[in-house]
Amino acid sequence: MPTSTRLYGTRLSAWAIATAIVLTAAFALAAFYAPIEADQGFSQKIFYVHVPLAIVTLIGFVYGGICGVQYLRSGDSRHDLRSYTAIHQALIFCLAALITGSIWAKAAWGQWWVWDEPTLVSFLIVFLLYCTYQPLRFSIEDPERQARYAAVFAVVAGAFIPLNFIAVRLADPLIHPRVLSKSGGNLPGEMKLTFYMAIVGMLLLFITLYKYEMTAKHGRAQLRALRRRLGTIDQEAPRGRSAAPSVNPS
Amino acid sequence: MSGAGLLGATRAILAKELLLERRAPQTIVAMALFSATTYVIFHFALQRDSIAGNLASGVLWVTVLLAAMLGIGRLFIADRDEGGLDGFLLAPVDRTALLAAKALTLFVFLLVLEAVAVPLFGILLLGPSPGAGGWAGVLLVLVLADLGIAVVGTLVAAIAVRTRSRDLITSILALPLLIPVVIGASRATADVFAATGAGSPGGRWLLVLALYDLVFALLAWALFDFLVED
Repeated sequence: MPTSTRLYGTRLSAWAIATAIVLTAAFALAAFYAPIEADQGFSQKIFYVHVPLAIVTLIGFVYGGICGVQYLRSGDSRHDLRSYTAIHQALIFCLAALITGSIWAKAAWGQWWVWDEPTLVSFLIVFLLYCTYQPLRFSIEDPERQARYAAVFAVVAGAFIPLNFIAVRLADPLIHPRVLSKSGGNLPGEMKLTFYMAIVGMLLLFITLYKYEMTAKHGRAQLRALRRRLGTIDQEAPRGRSAAPSVNPS
Repeated sequence: MSGAGLLGATRAILAKELLLERRAPQTIVAMALFSATTYVIFHFALQRDSIAGNLASGVLWVTVLLAAMLGIGRLFIADRDEGGLDGFLLAPVDRTALLAAKALTLFVFLLVLEAVAVPLFGILLLGPSPGAGGWAGVLLVLVLADLGIAVVGTLVAAIAVRTRSRDLITSILALPLLIPVVIGASRATADVFAATGAGSPGGRWLLVLALYDLVFALLAWALFDFLVED
């Protein structure tokens, strides 16, 4: 198998720099430019971290599901790798969204967890579901079947998200008045700008981390292929069983 | 594959499952025993002689859900161990037949279980009986919830049966997926079990359950072929 010398992810540094600039600008705007919210005070500013994290989490999970569909349609293992990486990164973002949401609940209501905030509860359930993605992959040895079952999971879980949101939102009538609509529809101009900037920054962070993980996986696969050609690969050391999809360096 | 072939294959597999369970009752008996024991556990854990409203609804649905997990865990075991899956794959029939038959099997198992477990719940734990109208409402919720549990349970069981840590995967995968069913069903029956007099199950909860059933039935139909490919 010919190994191409083209490196994957050569534009990684450009993405990283863009992320750093936009995210720093967004946080600077949140700290100095956006006005203090009248009802919730300073603690409302965690929204500029929490809500973008939550939105990017959902984008990541949905993208993982779409890649799962593409894998099932084509059988191309690159889609499996994309699906795996997107879900892996989105799970980390989901955890961050839960933690920042918990901090916000503590600041707003004095408790680390509130059950009558339906979006937060939905995120907990979605988080618990996606936590099973890695164990599922890990317990299937055949790589092809692992990819196929993981894709089925990605699609089912992706469709589960909206259903879950409907059920949880209906179950918890809103007791607390929503001073800040999460869609950003009724925000004053300064807040809106900061908020959108934070979303773009967080999305860039997600893309950078996603590309970073993809680059690392491709780099490792290329290194292994080169070693194999040189004949220096240590044959006696078996590749450990892995939840991650294998990459074909080509 | 013609529609008649699909229907015939489904009927054949369903008949086989029910015959197996009738000749050597295992799963349903275990599920019923499990639910009775769970009621006793709830009695001591909650330290209540009779319960009503939200609490009664919650106890019933936690019990049904956990008993269902036993059925889900065993759904494909015999087929895998005795080579039934391989035999099915060799047969020139639509793969959907297996999904439909297994989901119907689980649905029948759940209904039989509830025919035992719900009256037992009424005798052992439930406070004031909701009356005939109330029980009719409960039956409607049970059927809608069982459909959802059967479809999702079949999907999860088909995934888990080909993994190494099958029982672990079944539980951690099925429980979060079934949370919307628990939300809808326990809300729907909470008013029926209310101590102040039986209400009727709220329409929007029945709607949530029906939507859940529909979405997952379509998903299972579209995805099941990928789970039994080899």
